Amino acid sequence: MELSLATRAVGEHTVLEVGGEVDVYTAPRLRERLLELIDGGARQVIVDLGRVDFLDSTGLGVLVGALKRLRSAGGSFALVCDKEPLLKIFRITALDQVFPLHPTVEAAITADPTGAGA
Amino acid sequence: MATVRLSFSPAPVHVRTARLVGVAVARRAGVREGLLDEVRLAIGEACTRAVALHRQYRLPDPVLVEMSDSGAYQVRVVDRAPIEAGLGLAALNADELANESLTDEALTTGVGFALLAGFVEDLQVRPVAEGVGTEVRMVWPVGR
Repeated sequence: MELSLATRAVGEHTVLEVGGEVDVYTAPRLRERLLELIDGGARQVIVDLGRVDFLDSTGLGVLVGALKRLRSAGGSFALVCDKEPLLKIFRITALDQVFPLHPTVEAAITADPTGAGA
Repeated sequence: MATVRLSFSPAPVHVRTARLVGVAVARRAGVREGLLDEVRLAIGEACTRAVALHRQYRLPDPVLVEMSDSGAYQVRVVDRAPIEAGLGLAALNADELANESLTDEALTTGVGFALLAGFVEDLQVRPVAEGVGTEVRMVWPVGR
């Protein structure tokens, strides 16, 4: 399934909904979109992986890049994921200790350490 | 014994094809359904690694994927990059992953290796028997 990307605003948060396959071929498009959002001023970014059915190391690399960029800009970055196969990928790579992972967008907003969800 | 060989130009767009073929052959070989997501991910990671090495060294040679079902489902992904580049794999811990100075390439390589090691119990990365290059050899049990 091709990569799909859709953006919506929830209060001060920007939610990027990702669907399909995120791999070495499609990850550059995800990187571009995240850079557009951050360069456009988004500082509280949530990436919703709910409709992702494949995620590889290049996709994970793009997500880590966005996390670092937002942290250095004083922003926040969180992932929404409740699929066990994807959660296993985060555990195996130790990235579950790097990313804030939440089961829903609402939970991600509530837990935002920058206080934008309070 | 059945063997399927696929060789493809080292371009990212073909990695998906290799994943699809690898899973189709695995299913036909008798790998149980619950392992197929891991087979798909591992073949994708091995091919992504090979494509990255060929692009890094500007090698136009094709990447070879060989799948066989002699007793178990065995997949070999062969690249033609210098051996010292191919064997330098290491998983990263959480602190290293979050380190600002880590390059995107090093991060992706480390994460890719962690996925291979985590999802494939029987995994070997070794020099090819002939010529230059390395092979990632992965084996999964079949349910027959």
